[in-house]
Amino acid sequence: MVISFQDWNLLGDRTWAGWKNYEKLWNNPVFWQVFRNTFVYLILGTPISLVISFFIAYHLDKTRFMHGFIRMLYFLPFMTSAVAMAWVWRWFYQPVPIGLFNNALAQFGIPQIEFLRSTTNALPAILAPAVWAGLGFQIIIFMAGIRAIPQSYYEAARIDGVSKTATLFEITLPLLKPTIVFLVVFSSIGFLRIFDQVFNMTSGDPGGPLNSTKPLVLQIYQSAFTDFDMGYAAAQTVVLFLILLCVSLFQLYLLRDR
Amino acid sequence: MKFTKMKALVFATATSTTALFSTAAHAVEIEYWQYFFGARVTAMEQLIENFEAVNPDITVTMTHFPYADYRTKVAAAIPAGEGPDVVQLFYGWLNDYKAASLIQPLPADSFDADTIDAEFFPMVSAMREGENYWALPTAVRSLALFYNTRLFDDAGIDGPPETLDEMLEIGAQLTKRDGAGNITQAGLTMGMTAQDHHWFREGLVRQFGGEPYLNDYTTVNYNTPEGVSAMEFYVGLGEENGIGAVGFMDEPQAAFKAGRAGMHIDGSFRIGSLNKTRGLKWAVTELPATGEGMRSNYSSYWVNAITTKAEDEKYDAAVKFMQYVTSDEAMQIWLDVVGELPAKPSVGLTEANSNDATYGPFIRGLAYANTTKFVNESAQRKVLIDAVERVKLQGMSVADSLAIAAAAEQELLDAFYTSK
Repeated sequence: MVISFQDWNLLGDRTWAGWKNYEKLWNNPVFWQVFRNTFVYLILGTPISLVISFFIAYHLDKTRFMHGFIRMLYFLPFMTSAVAMAWVWRWFYQPVPIGLFNNALAQFGIPQIEFLRSTTNALPAILAPAVWAGLGFQIIIFMAGIRAIPQSYYEAARIDGVSKTATLFEITLPLLKPTIVFLVVFSSIGFLRIFDQVFNMTSGDPGGPLNSTKPLVLQIYQSAFTDFDMGYAAAQTVVLFLILLCVSLFQLYLLRDR
Repeated sequence: MKFTKMKALVFATATSTTALFSTAAHAVEIEYWQYFFGARVTAMEQLIENFEAVNPDITVTMTHFPYADYRTKVAAAIPAGEGPDVVQLFYGWLNDYKAASLIQPLPADSFDADTIDAEFFPMVSAMREGENYWALPTAVRSLALFYNTRLFDDAGIDGPPETLDEMLEIGAQLTKRDGAGNITQAGLTMGMTAQDHHWFREGLVRQFGGEPYLNDYTTVNYNTPEGVSAMEFYVGLGEENGIGAVGFMDEPQAAFKAGRAGMHIDGSFRIGSLNKTRGLKWAVTELPATGEGMRSNYSSYWVNAITTKAEDEKYDAAVKFMQYVTSDEAMQIWLDVVGELPAKPSVGLTEANSNDATYGPFIRGLAYANTTKFVNESAQRKVLIDAVERVKLQGMSVADSLAIAAAAEQELLDAFYTSK
C-alpha cells in the first residue's frame, strides 16, 4: 500500500510520488485493456467451467462403470503442472506444420486458424486449458455435494411422480447451493488471478498480440520485474485486491441464504 | 574408547580450521557475481583459476543466480554491505546501477579512458563518462545470418546472399507451401520477439538511409520515410514476397533448428545451441548489405563493474581482477568457451578469429555495429512487436503503425530521462 504511493526501481531510494502511480494507471489505455481482459476471463471462465463440471458430475454420479478409472481421468489435469500443460496446449495451437489442431484442419483442406496470434481468438484459446485444468477439482466438489443430498428427498419425489428435470431444478440444485457458492467464489478468484497459462502460452510476447490476452496479474508482474516500476506495480496490486474483494463480497451477497 | 576418538576428531577439526584461518588472514577474498548460464560459468571458473595462479594472495569466489532473481539480489545485497565486489551487468542497466550508487567508476590510472577508447571496439564508449570508465565488457555480441546448408544444396543454391535483394530471391526459392497456402518451410524466419527488432533498429533503418535515434539515443527518429520503407520491407517479407511468417513454428530459432527455415538472423550466443542440434547443417554469413554494399549491425554486451562495497585491499584486488577479465587472454578464453566475441579488435581481428567460418561473420560485423542505448529493452521491443501486429492483424498502414510505435517509444525514453 505504501509503495503504491512511491517511486521505486528496486535499486535506488524510494521517493514519494503521491497519487502519480494511480493517475498513470487511470490514463493508461493498456491498463483498461488489461482490466477488461481480466473480467472476460472471469465472466466466460466461471460459468462455463461450472456448467461443464456440474454436467459431468451429475452424470458421473449415476455411473458405476469403471468409476475409479474415470475419476483418475478427470482429476489428472488438475494435478498436472499448469506450466507443462500450457506448453502442450501451446503446441496444439501452433500453425501448420506443427500444430495439432491446424494439422487436423489442413488434413480436411480447411484453412488454418490463428489461435494464439490473433486478437480475437487468443483469449478463448488460453481460457480453454485453464477451464479444462480446473474441472477435476470442481467435479469432485460437486459430486461430494450431490452425494450429501439425502436420498429420502429423491424417493419422496419419485413417489409423487415428479419428472427428472423438476427433480434437478427443485431438489438437486437448491440443495447444492452451498457447494455452488463455494465453487463460484473459488473459481472466480482463480480466473481473476490467471497467470501461468497466459505467461507460458505467449511467452515470446507475454500477454498476446497487442495485449489481447494480458490479465492484470501479468501486467503487475511485468511492471514490477521487467520495468522495475515497483510503485506502479503496487498501485495495480491494490486495484486487483479491491476487485477481488468486491467480486467476492458481491457473489456472497447474491448467493446468500435467504 | 569412543570418547577419545571423538576428542581426537574435535581437536583435528579445530587445528585444521585454525590453519585455514591463518592463511586466509594474508589473503584477500573478493566475490564475483553473475547470472547463471552454463558456458559463462565454466569460462569464469577458468578465468578465476588462471587469475588466482598469478595472484596467489587473492581468492575469487563466484556466485551465480538464475537470471530472473539477479537484479533483486544485487540490489538487496550491496547496500547491506554483502554481495559482490565485482559484478556483471547488462550494458543497458548501467544508468540504473550508477544512479543507485551500486557501482563505482574504474580508477583512471589503471583504466585510462583514452587508451580504452583506442583499444576496444567503439560501441564500448557508451560506458565512459568524462575521464572515467564505469564498466568494461569481456565480450560482445553481434548479429549474423545463419543459413541451412542442406536446404541450400537441395535447392541448388551456391552460396549465402550478399545483399537484401539476393536474400529475397533465395528466400523465395526456399519457401514451400502446402495445398492450402500455408507455409511448411520458410525462406527466412521472422519475429520481432527474437532478434529482428535489433535488425530493424540498427540494421534495416540505417540501410534504408535513416538514423533510428538522435541525440545520443534520447529521441526516436525511425518515424521517417526511410524508417517507413525499412518497416515496409520487413513486413513485406511475410506478405507480398512471402518468404516467411511471424509465428511460424512458434519461435524463429525453433524453425531454424528443426530444419524448416532456410535463413535465420540471430546473435552469436545461438552458436552453442545450434552446435548441439543433431542433424542440422548450418553456416553463418554477415547480415545482407544493400545494393550499394552498405551494411549495418547491432551489438550488445554484458559488462563487469566494481561495486561500492569493495574498499581498501578488496578494492585493489577487484581492480586487479577487472584488469585480468578485460585482458586479451581472458577474451580469447571467453570466445573459445562461451562463443562470445572479444571486445578488443586486437583479439577479435586476429587472422584466425576473423577468418573463422563461424565467428568470422560476427566479428567482421562488429566493425559496422551500433549499440542501442535501451532504457527498458523489453518494453521497447514490445513497441516494435505491436507495430508489426497492428499491420498484420488489424490491417493498419505501415506509416500509421510506425508513428504510434515511435510515439510510444519516445514516451518510454522521456519517462526514463526526466526521472534521472
